[in-house]
Amino acid sequence: MFDQILQFLLTGITVGSTYALVGLGFAIIYNASDVVNFSQGEFVMIGAMSAVALTAGDTGLPLWVAAIAAVLITMLVGMALQRFAIAPARGASVVTTIIITIGASIFLRGIALLVWGKDLFPLPSFSGDEPIQIGNATILPQSLWVMGGAALLVFGAQYFFNHTTLGKAILACSCNKTAAHLVGINVSIMLLVAYGLSAALGAMAGILVAPITFTSYDTGVMLGLKGFSAAILGGMGNPMGAVAGGLLLGLIESLAAGLISSGYKDAIGFIILLLVLFFRPSGLFGKASVDRV
Amino acid sequence: MRRLGGFYLLAVAVAALPFIFPDNYFVTVVGVSAGLHAILAVSLNLLMGYAGQISLGHAAFFGMGAYTSAILTTRYGWNPWPTILVGLAFTGVIAYIVARPILKLKGHYLAMATLGLGIIVHIVIVQMGWLTGGPDGLGSIPTLSLFGWTVDTDLRWYAVIGTLLMLVIWLALNLIDSRSGRALRALHGSEVAAEMMGIDTAATKTGVFVLAALIASLAGSVFAHQQAFVSPGSFDFFFSIELVTMVVLGGMASTYGAVLGAIILTFLPELLVVFEDYEVMIFGAILMGMMIFLPQGLFIGFQDLLRKFTHRRAVTKKEESSHGVA
Amino acid sequence: MALLDVKDLTISFGGVTAIADLHFEVPESQVYAVIGPNGAGKTTLFNMLSGIYKPNEGSIKFQGKEIVGRMPHQVAEMGVSRTFQNLQMFFNMSVLDNVKVGCHLRTRSPIWSAALRLPSILKEERQAQAWAREALIFCGLEAYIDQPADSLPYGVLKRVEIARALAAQPKLLLMDEPAAGLNDTETVEMRNLIRRLSETGISVLLVEHNMGLVMQVSDRILVIDYGSRLAEGLPEEIQNNPKVIEAYLGGEVQYAV
Repeated sequence: MFDQILQFLLTGITVGSTYALVGLGFAIIYNASDVVNFSQGEFVMIGAMSAVALTAGDTGLPLWVAAIAAVLITMLVGMALQRFAIAPARGASVVTTIIITIGASIFLRGIALLVWGKDLFPLPSFSGDEPIQIGNATILPQSLWVMGGAALLVFGAQYFFNHTTLGKAILACSCNKTAAHLVGINVSIMLLVAYGLSAALGAMAGILVAPITFTSYDTGVMLGLKGFSAAILGGMGNPMGAVAGGLLLGLIESLAAGLISSGYKDAIGFIILLLVLFFRPSGLFGKASVDRV
Repeated sequence: MRRLGGFYLLAVAVAALPFIFPDNYFVTVVGVSAGLHAILAVSLNLLMGYAGQISLGHAAFFGMGAYTSAILTTRYGWNPWPTILVGLAFTGVIAYIVARPILKLKGHYLAMATLGLGIIVHIVIVQMGWLTGGPDGLGSIPTLSLFGWTVDTDLRWYAVIGTLLMLVIWLALNLIDSRSGRALRALHGSEVAAEMMGIDTAATKTGVFVLAALIASLAGSVFAHQQAFVSPGSFDFFFSIELVTMVVLGGMASTYGAVLGAIILTFLPELLVVFEDYEVMIFGAILMGMMIFLPQGLFIGFQDLLRKFTHRRAVTKKEESSHGVA
Repeated sequence: MALLDVKDLTISFGGVTAIADLHFEVPESQVYAVIGPNGAGKTTLFNMLSGIYKPNEGSIKFQGKEIVGRMPHQVAEMGVSRTFQNLQMFFNMSVLDNVKVGCHLRTRSPIWSAALRLPSILKEERQAQAWAREALIFCGLEAYIDQPADSLPYGVLKRVEIARALAAQPKLLLMDEPAAGLNDTETVEMRNLIRRLSETGISVLLVEHNMGLVMQVSDRILVIDYGSRLAEGLPEEIQNNPKVIEAYLGGEVQYAV
């Protein structure tokens, strides 16, 4: 029993690390522009699919070159999304922006469908497929890559926002756009950077996890929703909360799949999300807010 | 008379189409789907367009109605009619239970909660195979019949669904232009002001949520009997999004707009059949483009243009006549 | 008995006390003004009076009945209506429909009879229409009746809010800065409107920054500063109260009209 639980925990942390990265991307965009980006999951898909496409065939690039190129491609997509879909609708209502980003996600998925079709693609593992024994549980080397990569990215993002001028400038935009503008920060460029960064995080999550889960044009849908759940669980607008929320969601799902039923694991994840929304809408790690009239 | 002018016009059009185009695939087959979609869009529009409460899980209630009818008729041999009522009761109770906590939420949170609800219902339908047939769905659902008149041709279904659609539109139009309808719109405009005018906003939200769910359930039951087959794919997250798109495309807070959106979105794939591979992309582009460039939707956008034109004339007239008063 | 009787009212947000131990009484059929420097807690007070915020302590009795613990719509049902500092217009509706919403409590028909358009509805609709028109005419808005609310200038909307509140036939009307953002002509119109309101027997509780307006329309004035009661009395008493003069920036009471 204990070994089984250990196995579930390892799986949970691997999956949770992906959710954490997507959730972090969500939180960055939400912080910078008050937009909930429903196309966050598509960044994951585009990152993974581009990497697959770039490594494929006889003329394929080495994995690490392909990965970097895929991240750059996804960043461009993210910036284009901001520039051509979000920016023109500035000042629109919440419902409007939600629908715009849902439209964008369907659009991106449609393009992916055109380019790559409906097949499921694998990406080669970074360092072999020989499972590693931990007690009586096993773990794939790629899982370690996912966990390590996620940890590195999370700490990187943390450092970026707290200790670099650019990172602080982005945070300033999220606090007060007018004030940021007055102290000489170019708000529109900061927004582009935020979307680019968020897209890059999504792409890296996609590339890290693709060797385990494989990828297809529609893998982004569920991942995006899970990332959103993670961000809400952690308290919207709290990046580290989103990371914690992602890990928690991954663990819950993995335990639910193992102990209850794998068919219901997504449902259980969403039920927990609903319960959190009902009883603690500010998230597990967020602060409550007072409505002003 | 003026209030229902558009309604009579639409009723005549719906009645006349099968005579103008007899045995036309686009009227009696696609038209029937469009009618069902329009019923759903009108109901969602009450919630989303008028009351301003976004729902990304409306397909769940459609599915509850459909599966209640499908299960009771095929597994337990019920007569179709009472299954519709059971579906309504079941959906109504579920909607009532979830309405209060869900509608306390706003904006993104409400979107996420309704989306989550939709996904949970979909998963339950897929997983409870012993009852719902799982991913394969349920077939051989009997059709409706009334006093020996069996609804067994496309044309008859067109008549039934056309009538139902007009009934739902009529109810929606009446409702909107009434005390309760104003309460709905008021809570969209300003929740705090609505409360101060004595509107119990929590109860009003619950009411409209349940009403929209009931209409969706009714449409679901009819859908099950009409298709004779249900499977989870018809009630997934994407269908919820499609319904939202219909409302948005036609124009939020306009019943005719919702109908227009439903018709366009039902016919679009038929017309795009040549570009099948492009369908998803075009669908996304429409959704995104509409919200960026014409957030009021086609119907309202057009109306606004008209209104701006007539309004400008009215204002200039008024200014001329009010000079003496001040 | 006073119409509104506020006792020991206290509320704090996150440890910061916004209103402390406030007490005052609003007599029937009078214009009662609450003034104080920015951030003194006037809007917070209104939000408690209308049931939006729940005070930490104290009681608010309206006609002897407790307001604290009731939802805003229940407070409205008791006969309290209000306007807002920053407009809370139903911008998705016409002016007439905005004001018809004000008749919500004076009409009763349930949702199903509306959906089926039973004959009783028609009668009630006509009645609501008449009441709304009456309120609009009272506020001098007959020219705007059929216009969409989002097409009107700010000054007009301020009055539409008042008409909407009036349509509810309140006994007490809370007006939160009715003259804010109005030009001189509009302010004079607003002053006349408030006077005519109180002549109809409605009690008005007024929060306003325009001292000229306050002094001209008010029967009594309450001054609060940092959430506490600083002074209370007739306009003349307030004008000459040294504590009040002190609170208002080195003693300069501003007259805008």
